[in-house]
Amino acid sequence: MLEQRLKQSARKTLRTFITILPIFVGMLLLTSLAVTLLPEQISAGLFGRHDLIDVLLGASAGSVAAGHPVASYILGGELLAEGVSLLAVTALIVSWVTVGVVQLPAEALLLGRRFAICRNLMCFLFAIMIPFLTVYTLQLME
Amino acid sequence: MKSERPAGRGGIGGWVFLVVVLVIYAVTALVDYELVLSAVGVFTQVLDKVLPALALVFVLFFAVDLLLDPKRVEKYLGRRSGILGWLAAIVAGILSTGPVYAWYAVLHELRQKGMRTSLVAAMLYSRAVKLPLLPLLVYYFGLGYTMVLAFYLIGFSIIGGLLMERIGGMHALPD
Repeated sequence: MLEQRLKQSARKTLRTFITILPIFVGMLLLTSLAVTLLPEQISAGLFGRHDLIDVLLGASAGSVAAGHPVASYILGGELLAEGVSLLAVTALIVSWVTVGVVQLPAEALLLGRRFAICRNLMCFLFAIMIPFLTVYTLQLME
Repeated sequence: MKSERPAGRGGIGGWVFLVVVLVIYAVTALVDYELVLSAVGVFTQVLDKVLPALALVFVLFFAVDLLLDPKRVEKYLGRRSGILGWLAAIVAGILSTGPVYAWYAVLHELRQKGMRTSLVAAMLYSRAVKLPLLPLLVYYFGLGYTMVLAFYLIGFSIIGGLLMERIGGMHALPD
């Protein structure tokens, strides 16, 4: 019984691995090309004008982005290395996994239109608040 | 809440994505070969550093799948679950894997059976804390950042749950 369960979990983990691997490699390749091609434009162009604008940009990008959370970590990590603020990167990561514009129709169908719209709007607001709280908490801890 | 799988049946979307990226590399190489060589250099450096964290990620995926299944989640998220229900919803959200569509379906069934709106919202939000992916988050942003962010995500899953219940009622069904 346990052996069967272990085999089943191993198979599922392997399937997950096969699903994630191309996204992981593709995202790493894409961000490597982006940071090589646009090293300074990324940090000096869109981001870096005002904290709130940075957070709004990050949260908006994460809300419409579709894909595995791994991709947001890689992208966020590389953006941070290129000088984009932790506030904007946190907004991107949080909204990437909590706000789902692409999934909204499916969520509305199964959990209710009102529920889906209210939840996603609320999550977007949280994605603006959480970066400030996280960064200020980290500053207090230093 | 995002799907954990790329578009397409059986995760084919991920391979399509990789092929598209490789095509972008090929086209860029035709224009600027040196640039692509530099990008590949960056890629190998980052991959070399990330691989150990990735190995740990898959060990955790295996452990989570072994310990959690939708039936077990359903058992602990019943109508009269109280504080334990909150705890179960948040823990289930953190440990849950697979595409979010599957969980929409599970949560739809649970709502029909009386699961509270607040617990549905809390579970969906706490999925933002990706336990198997925490090593990767630690690698990129550090342990302190990961812990603080996880703390706020869990806290806001409770706040969000309570707000959603005020907006939609305790047992609101799909409209």
